[in-house]
Amino acid sequence: MIRLIIALCMLLITGVNRSAAEEITIAAASDLNFAFKEIVAEYEKATGNHVKLTLGSSGNFYAQIQNGAPFDLYFSADIAYPRKLEEAGLTVPGSLYQYAVGRIVLWTGNGSHLDFSKGLEILSEPTIRKIAIANPKHAPYGRAAVAAMEHAQVYDRVKDKLVLGENISQAAQFIESGAADVGIIALSLALAPPMQAAGHYWEIPADAHPPIEQGAVVLRSGKNQESAKAFLSFIQSAEGQRMMKRYGFVVPSPR
Amino acid sequence: MNWIAIAVTFKLALLTAAVLLIVGLPIAYWLTFSKWRWKFIVESVVALPLVLPPTVLGFYILVAIGPHSPVGRFYSDVVGHPLPFTFEGLLLASILYSLPFAVQPFAAAFEQVDRRLIETSWTLGVSKLKTFFHLTVPLSTAGLITGAVLSFAHTLGEFGVVLMVGGNIEGETRTVSIDIYDEVQALNYTGAAKTAMLLLAVSYGVLLLVYAMNRKVWAVWPQR
Repeated sequence: MIRLIIALCMLLITGVNRSAAEEITIAAASDLNFAFKEIVAEYEKATGNHVKLTLGSSGNFYAQIQNGAPFDLYFSADIAYPRKLEEAGLTVPGSLYQYAVGRIVLWTGNGSHLDFSKGLEILSEPTIRKIAIANPKHAPYGRAAVAAMEHAQVYDRVKDKLVLGENISQAAQFIESGAADVGIIALSLALAPPMQAAGHYWEIPADAHPPIEQGAVVLRSGKNQESAKAFLSFIQSAEGQRMMKRYGFVVPSPR
Repeated sequence: MNWIAIAVTFKLALLTAAVLLIVGLPIAYWLTFSKWRWKFIVESVVALPLVLPPTVLGFYILVAIGPHSPVGRFYSDVVGHPLPFTFEGLLLASILYSLPFAVQPFAAAFEQVDRRLIETSWTLGVSKLKTFFHLTVPLSTAGLITGAVLSFAHTLGEFGVVLMVGGNIEGETRTVSIDIYDEVQALNYTGAAKTAMLLLAVSYGVLLLVYAMNRKVWAVWPQR
């Protein structure tokens, strides 16, 4: 029995060994869920490099990177996190780059008859029982959602209806599945094919909340800094920006 | 289906079960045969992962092996990279998390072995170590397999601890349960359903094995 287990272990260890090809590990805010899957596929096709993509909440990644997570590149939905990492000396100097400004939308499924012409005021309607947002504690889109509701002066009336996704993708999944009636999610997710097919959205005016400035940075602890820089250049290229724009990101003018 | 995540998960579960088979034996032996008055303190510590929320365990492990702890610093000085968010860190966490799933069946099996046989062996001059491997272990096979299989299955389904110390890195710490979570968030329900079905089938198969095995033991030696 023991011999069998050891044999199987050996087999698996050799089976899952890291390949010798160029490889980068990217931690990306989950508003990039659909956009990045496309961009990464394009990048891999163009360069032959392999990208290991991990999606999650920007705040969680920030904590993980401080605790030594082995990412090469970090795309945060809030540029404040990579800035703090830069101040702590955990990044490659000069690599910090604001790759986009994010937008938020009010989203509801095809089955609902909510009229978004009233804007965020609609959230106080008694027919709406659950509103999904990302957890404002560590997700920048959650903070923007709270700010926008405060700006529209509905936050205090609706805060008991809020359900918090661990990140913005989970908040989107809550509304897509119908578990929540309505939600405030990233425009980039609302424009993703599965979300577009399942419902409709209303863009929350950009002046209703502080701008969601998003920043990327190459991490000093990463093993493949050169490849990480190459991926960052790809995002900055005309092709990368075109794809980002298609997902509703406001991209900086090309350098 | 995400074969990389499946491979990582099985590798993690197999290694966890293998390590627990080695580490768990002396602990279970001591728990069974020690006459120490305060033994219950150790028993409670071993059982702790059964009741502790995985996030609590994960949080402590993260702090304990992170770059701000002496242990974590020592590890990264020796090996060259920090322990959290690596396969090795996840393996350590899984071993701690599944400890009671191995040790408790081991100890229960040792308990079932007739003490007279063991003591006879000792009085005939056979060393304690030899008695253990030639008498106690063969008579406890079903319990040992149960413990190994349960810790394997428990590691397969681990989620909270992996989320805390794993970091969801492809080919390294992205296990099947995390992959399902990712697929749901990407609204890929078909992908999630396939992987979930695999996990369900394997878990059920493993439990079938455990129960079938223990039934056999009971049928061969109905009463003692």
